[in-house]
Amino acid sequence: MTEKPLIFLDRVNKVYSSGEEEIFALREITVEVEEGEFVAIMGSSGSGKSTMMNLLGCLDKPTKGDYYLDKQAVAEATEDELALIRNKKIGFVFQNFNLLPKLSALENVELPLLYSGMATEERRQKAENALEAVGLSHRKQNKPTELSGGQQQRVSIARALVNEPVILLADEPTGALDSRTTTEIMEIFQELHQAGKTIMMVTHEAEIAEYAERLILFRDGMIVDDNKR
Amino acid sequence: MNFTESLLLSLRSLKANKLRSFLTTLGIMIGVAAVIALVALGQGTSSRITASIESLGSNLLIVTPGAVPPDQRERAEELNRLTLEDSAALSRLESIDAVAPQVRRQGQVVWHNENWTTVVEGTSSEYIEVRNSVVDEGRFFNRLEARRQQNVVVLGATVAEKFFESNSKGIGQVIEINQTPFTVIGILEKQGNQGYANQDDRVIIPITTAMDRLFQIQEINAIYLSARSADLMDQAHEEVEKILKVQRNVSSTENTYFQISSQSQILSTAEEIGKLMTGLLAGIAAISLFVGGIGIMNIMLVSVTERTREIGIRKAIGATRSAIMQQFIIEAVTLSLIGGLMGIFFGLTLSKIIDYFTPLSTLISITPILYAFFFSFLVGLIFGVYPASKASALDPIEALRHQ
Repeated sequence: MTEKPLIFLDRVNKVYSSGEEEIFALREITVEVEEGEFVAIMGSSGSGKSTMMNLLGCLDKPTKGDYYLDKQAVAEATEDELALIRNKKIGFVFQNFNLLPKLSALENVELPLLYSGMATEERRQKAENALEAVGLSHRKQNKPTELSGGQQQRVSIARALVNEPVILLADEPTGALDSRTTTEIMEIFQELHQAGKTIMMVTHEAEIAEYAERLILFRDGMIVDDNKR
Repeated sequence: MNFTESLLLSLRSLKANKLRSFLTTLGIMIGVAAVIALVALGQGTSSRITASIESLGSNLLIVTPGAVPPDQRERAEELNRLTLEDSAALSRLESIDAVAPQVRRQGQVVWHNENWTTVVEGTSSEYIEVRNSVVDEGRFFNRLEARRQQNVVVLGATVAEKFFESNSKGIGQVIEINQTPFTVIGILEKQGNQGYANQDDRVIIPITTAMDRLFQIQEINAIYLSARSADLMDQAHEEVEKILKVQRNVSSTENTYFQISSQSQILSTAEEIGKLMTGLLAGIAAISLFVGGIGIMNIMLVSVTERTREIGIRKAIGATRSAIMQQFIIEAVTLSLIGGLMGIFFGLTLSKIIDYFTPLSTLISITPILYAFFFSFLVGLIFGVYPASKASALDPIEALRHQ
């Protein structure tokens, strides 16, 4: 028996039915991603790349086919198991940060640990370390609204990493940032990649995709190109 | 996530919408306060009535005219009219200790320039014994004075207060009742303000004086009897019934339409009514608690909608269905419990205010407080479940897309 890769999608289909008609958001997708890869996913809107991200992030399950994440079969998991996988194995970075506005930066970073049931002291310590890693120790008590876009995205990267997930999923992470901040954020991603993190990132900007070492191109729910540099 | 953290989390989001949370809490607060205050009022009134019945005297039997069915109307006069002869006949019974017949009319009492409308009660000299009354100043009229139809009067405490600076100054004064002069020979001790009528607002004169001189009437309103002992109550009851029939030449199988009630009967009836009234008041109050619960549900539904995105984020980073459920239920229960606590405080205050500033009396006991608090918890739980399950069932993808 061969060792399975970190991410293994085996002939995955995602079908939405609207009335009589069936719409294939994803059609027979097979992808393998090894540990430590930095993958960019591109494609025009409606190409299936968002659906792909939702599946990878265990927010959704395939209609047909299998998905193994870190040797765990996602397609058969229950809703609570999915929540656990998201909590332990996946870190999300969203285009619009998705921080909770009422909580401080530190509390936002603590949130995943809260749901994994970690004791208060340990949780606080880990969250502070994660904030320090993105260079935001000095702003930990600030609310998201008191931070710049770049700072907010760094908080959300800290939040994504605090549970030491096996993959980092980024959905247009620089879509809401100016070019200078974009460079800052992408440098963080590169550092993480060099440190051995597995990163999958959806983007529609070619220059952002340049930071990745592998590019998967989607069109009409299918992979039309898969290039390693 | 442990319970303390969930609690802190919910307190935080309640604090984020202070006014809204307060207004929602107000609904529960009013409900709980209403339950506590109204139950206290019901129990207070009930215990006051019970006390006043108990003060009537033990071993007491009361004979009053009952209702006559339509087909017996022409015989009503002999079937249910009470007379002084009945009273005299009853007093000869072995089982009966004392007899106090009673007539009651409204009368105008005048002393110098003051006048007062009150109840004029005519009775026998045995009244004091039968009715458990105590003379505070002077004395009650005796058998001789009663037989001679003398114009002597014993005043209730309220009437005495109305006319005289002190009770002792009243003795020997002459007052007019319906323009007839009467000498005040005694003043009764205060019996307290009792449930249905003020027992102290009346004057008492010999029954013969009342019937022949003052009101010119033949029938009497009631006969109060005291049995020789508590064990003789049943026997006395039977004998009274028998004598009343003998007095009317009615055979023992025929009905006489009198009501013979004992103090214990009246007491248990009053207690029943008291419980019923308390239950009714509690029921009315419970409705407002229910309405408060609907308020909680309403605001929680609004909150779930407003926080769709937050729920999406929490789910994306690993919150399970039950974690989200727990968060919203704790919020709802926290709201209702805060309302419950404020309601207890407010309800107790209200009960005290009613007691001090109105003629009504309230009786606070721990049971309705515990019930009200428990129900406010239950209301939060029940009305929180639906919004919470709605929140927990949200699809994270949809929720994250929500603006």
